[in-house]
Amino acid sequence: MYVAVKGGEAAIRNAHRLLADRRRGDRSVPALTLEQIAGQLSLAVDRVMAEGSLYDTGLAALAVKQARGDMIEAIFLLRAYRTTLPRFGYTRPVDTAAMRVERRVSATYKDLPGGQLLGPTFDYTHRLLDPELAEDQDPAVPEARAADDEAMPRVSDILAHEGLIEEDGSLPEDREPGDITREPPEFPMQRDLRLQALSRGDEGFLLALGYSTQRGFGRNHPFAGEIRIGAVEVEIDVPELDFPVTLGRIRVTECQMVNQFKGSMKVPPQFTRGYGLVFGQSERKAMAMALCDRALRAAELGEDITAPAQDEEFVISHCDNVQATGFVEHLKLPHYVDFQAELGLVRQMRREYEERRRAGDEATTSREAAE
Amino acid sequence: MNAPSDTIAQYNFAYLDEQTKRMIRRAILKAIAIPGYQVPFASREMPMPYGWGTGGVQVTASIIGPDDVLKVIDQGADDTTNAVSIRAFFQKVAHVAVTTHTADATIVQTRHRIPEEPLKEGQVLVYQVPIPEPLRFLEPRETETRKMHALEEYGLMHVKLYEDIAQHGHIATTFAYPVKVEGRYVMDPSPTPKFDNPKMHMSRALQLFGAGREKRIYAVPPHTRVESLDFEDHPFEVQRFDEPCALCGGMDVYLDEVILDDQGGRMFVCSDTDHCEERRDAGHRGHLAGEDGPPSSISEGGTQ
Amino acid sequence: MAFDSIAIEGGFKNPVFDAQSMFRAVMQALAEPGTVHRGIALTRPPAPLTPEAAGVALTLCDQDTPVWLDPALRAEEAVGTWLAFHTGAPLANTPADAHFIFVADAENLIGLENFAQGTQEYPDRSATLVLQVKSLTGGAELVLEGPGIESRARLSPHPMPRHFARQWAQNRARFPRGIDIVLVSREGLAALPRTTRIVNQEGEPCM
Repeated sequence: MYVAVKGGEAAIRNAHRLLADRRRGDRSVPALTLEQIAGQLSLAVDRVMAEGSLYDTGLAALAVKQARGDMIEAIFLLRAYRTTLPRFGYTRPVDTAAMRVERRVSATYKDLPGGQLLGPTFDYTHRLLDPELAEDQDPAVPEARAADDEAMPRVSDILAHEGLIEEDGSLPEDREPGDITREPPEFPMQRDLRLQALSRGDEGFLLALGYSTQRGFGRNHPFAGEIRIGAVEVEIDVPELDFPVTLGRIRVTECQMVNQFKGSMKVPPQFTRGYGLVFGQSERKAMAMALCDRALRAAELGEDITAPAQDEEFVISHCDNVQATGFVEHLKLPHYVDFQAELGLVRQMRREYEERRRAGDEATTSREAAE
Repeated sequence: MNAPSDTIAQYNFAYLDEQTKRMIRRAILKAIAIPGYQVPFASREMPMPYGWGTGGVQVTASIIGPDDVLKVIDQGADDTTNAVSIRAFFQKVAHVAVTTHTADATIVQTRHRIPEEPLKEGQVLVYQVPIPEPLRFLEPRETETRKMHALEEYGLMHVKLYEDIAQHGHIATTFAYPVKVEGRYVMDPSPTPKFDNPKMHMSRALQLFGAGREKRIYAVPPHTRVESLDFEDHPFEVQRFDEPCALCGGMDVYLDEVILDDQGGRMFVCSDTDHCEERRDAGHRGHLAGEDGPPSSISEGGTQ
Repeated sequence: MAFDSIAIEGGFKNPVFDAQSMFRAVMQALAEPGTVHRGIALTRPPAPLTPEAAGVALTLCDQDTPVWLDPALRAEEAVGTWLAFHTGAPLANTPADAHFIFVADAENLIGLENFAQGTQEYPDRSATLVLQVKSLTGGAELVLEGPGIESRARLSPHPMPRHFARQWAQNRARFPRGIDIVLVSREGLAALPRTTRIVNQEGEPCM
């Protein structure tokens, strides 16, 4: 007698207990604390905040722990939480010119007001595995100097004085910035919405697309005008008050690409911009985002759209890793009803194929016999 | 650092906040008013992955109330893991009564099947939809397919189906077979086998379709024409099985093929598990049905 | 801004469940045009906004849905204040900007073509009309056909906008563009989605 498969609830319960056990690992080793994750795996936490679109190091650390270090799973956890939060209002745009800068480099000028500031970077580290890190040893205390009050103007502002770079992107008069988490996407898409999508887009996907533009698939002649990392103030307007209220500080990474542009029918020769801004410290993501932003402005600047990175629908529809992982992984859900339908079809087509072949063989045989 | 345990625990009835429900409810009403048209909506991230029923879950969460009785099926069965998971989700966040009996449910959420038992007035069938755009595999661009729907320009779909006929002698689409709703919009019925297409036509129940990742909701009101695309010389046909269900003896139902051994042994049983059990309870027997009670468990995945 | 007590009272007793039951009534009404749905959760809005119409507003309107009030509703300042407090919906600058239209004086309603019809690409970007009527019976009979109706449905609401049958035929002709109507009265609510056809001539009111 055939016995149908049952017991889904018990199976799920047991699978989740097993998951919790594996997550904990060897119980003779102390469990990770959220402070450890937030403090020592801070770039992982930053990525989860950036692509999870929620600035909360504690929750992001929890997500990293709960996801066993699976970044996309952690991003998903944070997104699913974020979506339940009430929306109180929209902050003012952050002023990155007023950033408390921790790192600032420009590839377009040797020196500039405010100077080059390397900050906590992997750049110029020799990628040699460090055995000392395997031990619990305190590193040397970093050198510190008193902060000076020298202003650190953005490179794009410096170029703008000369009129050699396009105006900073501004929205048409009557357009309020959109919100991709509150409105369904519509193509063609405005740049404000594209930038939001890119800012939470998958680092790896944008990295590959940005890279492809450098290799000639939609080349846009980029210079890293400036990359800055640091803390900016978040302010909100309150209707009853005539000054903005500061909610706090967040760390962000900003990249301004300066792209040489020969001009087109629409636009005179000048430098154009590609822009990247992400939560936390992630230069790779901010730079890739800036390359993609510039590539996606092809239509606006009258350039031919020839490469994947310039294709708005392709890039925006596929850059979200929470969407992508869900749909790719849904293939492991049962599909046996559809498979049964296809099985029936292939069997039928195979029968028809064999019949045609037999008929062909017979025709050949009888022709040969006739000859 | 925030105290997540304090902040995460509180969710609204049926999980979604009221503003989100209103937005989805408005989309549902538009969908009903324009049968077969895909209404864009600001789909939310849900606590289950995209592609795992987030569209259906959002639709169900927006319509469900404390008096509803919910049935969830996947592949026609109530006990497939994802159906179990979604049912448990609504028990947890909405405390609703659940059932496996199609006739007792006020809302049936489904993936890949329509119950065999005809639905009644007042019932709502909620489909989980992966790719809502029937033209998507012919034209990947939303900007283009939107124009095609606007202009009622469906030639491409007919060309595709006709190419099948030219090549194979018949249409080689077995599931997600496109339909035309009330003579206007071409619609994807979700990846149900075409066997189920006729059930959509003039159904007494309201049919709602939710595609979470693709951010679309569409609907077919009750008593609405749903016609599978075909040609005069190649009329639409559904799958036929050569044998009855091995458990309940049912004919004219959709069957799952179950592999019994590695020697080619196989049997066919109802995909709609509730339908099969009801028939067996009523005394119907197939050739492999045992005499004793309902089937019991043989699989406990996840244990070691 | 100070609200008087009228403005902040009279909402749903239980916002979550009342909105859900109200929505189901509207949903079923639209899915089965011509059927009347009763037992809906009520509100206590300032007149001439009726409890039923206000229930629809609280269920479906919010900051994202500009509303337009007909002159009869606009004449009572308390109506706008009450709706603003309970829904947060902004008042539309023109009828064409509104997602929802609330009408207390159906007979003198401006032509249906003045409201958002949606576009051929996005026919969902259209207005929903919430029409307060004295009764769903006793008016000129409308014989209805279309999706959601098994054979024919009948509804006799009154009062209705002038030349309604002709206006509705024009609305129907714009499909998939067009507006949808929710009729509310003390007897409950009924709906006419844009797909519904009026198949008799009696619906045309006497001149």
